Amino acid sequence: MTKVTFRQPDGVESTIEVPDGWSLMEAAMQNDINGLLAECGGGCACATCHVYVEELELSGLDEISDMEADMLECVSSERRPESRLSCQLRMSEGSKDLVVLIPESQI
Amino acid sequence: MSKEIFIVVGAGQAGLQICTALRASGFEGRLILIGDESSLPYQRPPLSKEFLLGDLDPERLLYRKAEYFEKLGVELTLDDAVEKLDASRCTVSLRSGRTLKYSKLALATGARVRALRCVGSDSPDVCYIRTLADSLNLRERLQTAKSMVVVGGGFIGLEAGAMASKMGKKVSVVEGSERLMKRAISPDLSEYYLSLHREKGVDVRVGCEVSHLEQHQHGLTVVPKIGQSITADIVLVGIGVVPNSEIAESAGLECANGILVNEKCLTSDANIVAAGDCTMHQNQFLQKTIRLESIQNAVDQAKVAASSMLGGNQTYDQVPWFWSDQYDVTLQIAGVTTDYDNHVRLCGKNENSFSFFYFKGDELLGVDSINHPVMHMAARKILQRKMGDETGILKRMTVDEIAAFAKARPTVSS
Repeated sequence: MTKVTFRQPDGVESTIEVPDGWSLMEAAMQNDINGLLAECGGGCACATCHVYVEELELSGLDEISDMEADMLECVSSERRPESRLSCQLRMSEGSKDLVVLIPESQI
Repeated sequence: MSKEIFIVVGAGQAGLQICTALRASGFEGRLILIGDESSLPYQRPPLSKEFLLGDLDPERLLYRKAEYFEKLGVELTLDDAVEKLDASRCTVSLRSGRTLKYSKLALATGARVRALRCVGSDSPDVCYIRTLADSLNLRERLQTAKSMVVVGGGFIGLEAGAMASKMGKKVSVVEGSERLMKRAISPDLSEYYLSLHREKGVDVRVGCEVSHLEQHQHGLTVVPKIGQSITADIVLVGIGVVPNSEIAESAGLECANGILVNEKCLTSDANIVAAGDCTMHQNQFLQKTIRLESIQNAVDQAKVAASSMLGGNQTYDQVPWFWSDQYDVTLQIAGVTTDYDNHVRLCGKNENSFSFFYFKGDELLGVDSINHPVMHMAARKILQRKMGDETGILKRMTVDEIAAFAKARPTVSS
């Protein structure tokens, strides 16, 4: 389990536990976190599960793949250095707890 | 004053979305969601894809946890079904024996698999994919089966066939028409997929209609009308779906290959809306009446249906889109491109990434993208903007202009 805190654009926070092997997007959807669409269901093919990861460089998350990098070019809100697609962020045993910011819009 | 009661029949993607949209729009009355399966609402797309590999917990497929429905104030009635709809009395009678009265009713009854009907088709070795139970059954069978024949070269059969092939099974596909996925993709793309599956070692036969099946002690033989028979441990049938419109028909609602709805998702009864696979609808984007079987259609129609239940004026005018995963190839379809008269291929970053643009005259109808999601997203934005484009400029965008648009990485809100 990894603790992940989602911060909405208005500052409201909610923290959930992401089971090992699950993506951040999957856990967020099941826990009804607002602000993610995840239209393609996790295929890295729609850019509607965009998040900003706080302290991304220290997070220990997998590097951005070419496919994810391409899709990040399509995000609706501003693309920032800490932009990621939450469907590509898979948690595992030993993952560090995270704080992620939900962008203003996904589409 | 008594509280309003809204009943949603069907707990799939559309039914769930209607409930979510109703509460998001401030509906405070009673909300009852009736589903005929025992599971909480779950995602169907993975059922013909990675779910078959066997290590994905069914819980992963749930859209929401049980608490969500409590929080939302949705009375979940699972493992039950509407057997009779009385539109004049505004009641539905359930399999469990209860009769419920509604102020507004939403039909999101979906579709069911079209059954293969021939000698031998009732064999226990014949599998289908529509429900979680179907997919669980197939994946269990795939643990021990060494070979599988797929009857039907459509999306479901080919996706599942690709998975079985990945698992090392000997896979054959028999398709009655002359090419794969004929209903949805162009001849060029059908050809691409034919080569793809054959390269992976799948025995694909097009123009091959099934005559009958022969049951053996272990496995089945598929006997085609012409050509050699194929014997395998299991047979997967994927020959399309039929809309679940019987309760609507019996109640006197207008139906024709689905429940007829207008652009506001209203049926011929003012108190009843319908959304998703079960509807034959007026599609404003395509300018025709059509039945679409897709997540996009279910989600977008559901939002409109919820609005209409509340007396709103939303209309359904979204660009249809769809996707399919086979091996490491992702196909994304934007628009409906079946009646094009010319098309152009545009390369992506590498040889495995490209898009086909389909035109009728100089009007862009849609774009099919292979491993090219950036172009797919751009195409959807262009097609959506085309809707409100009175100048016609977007309709006549050239491929170069579209490519430039995609490269410009548009962040236009739709």
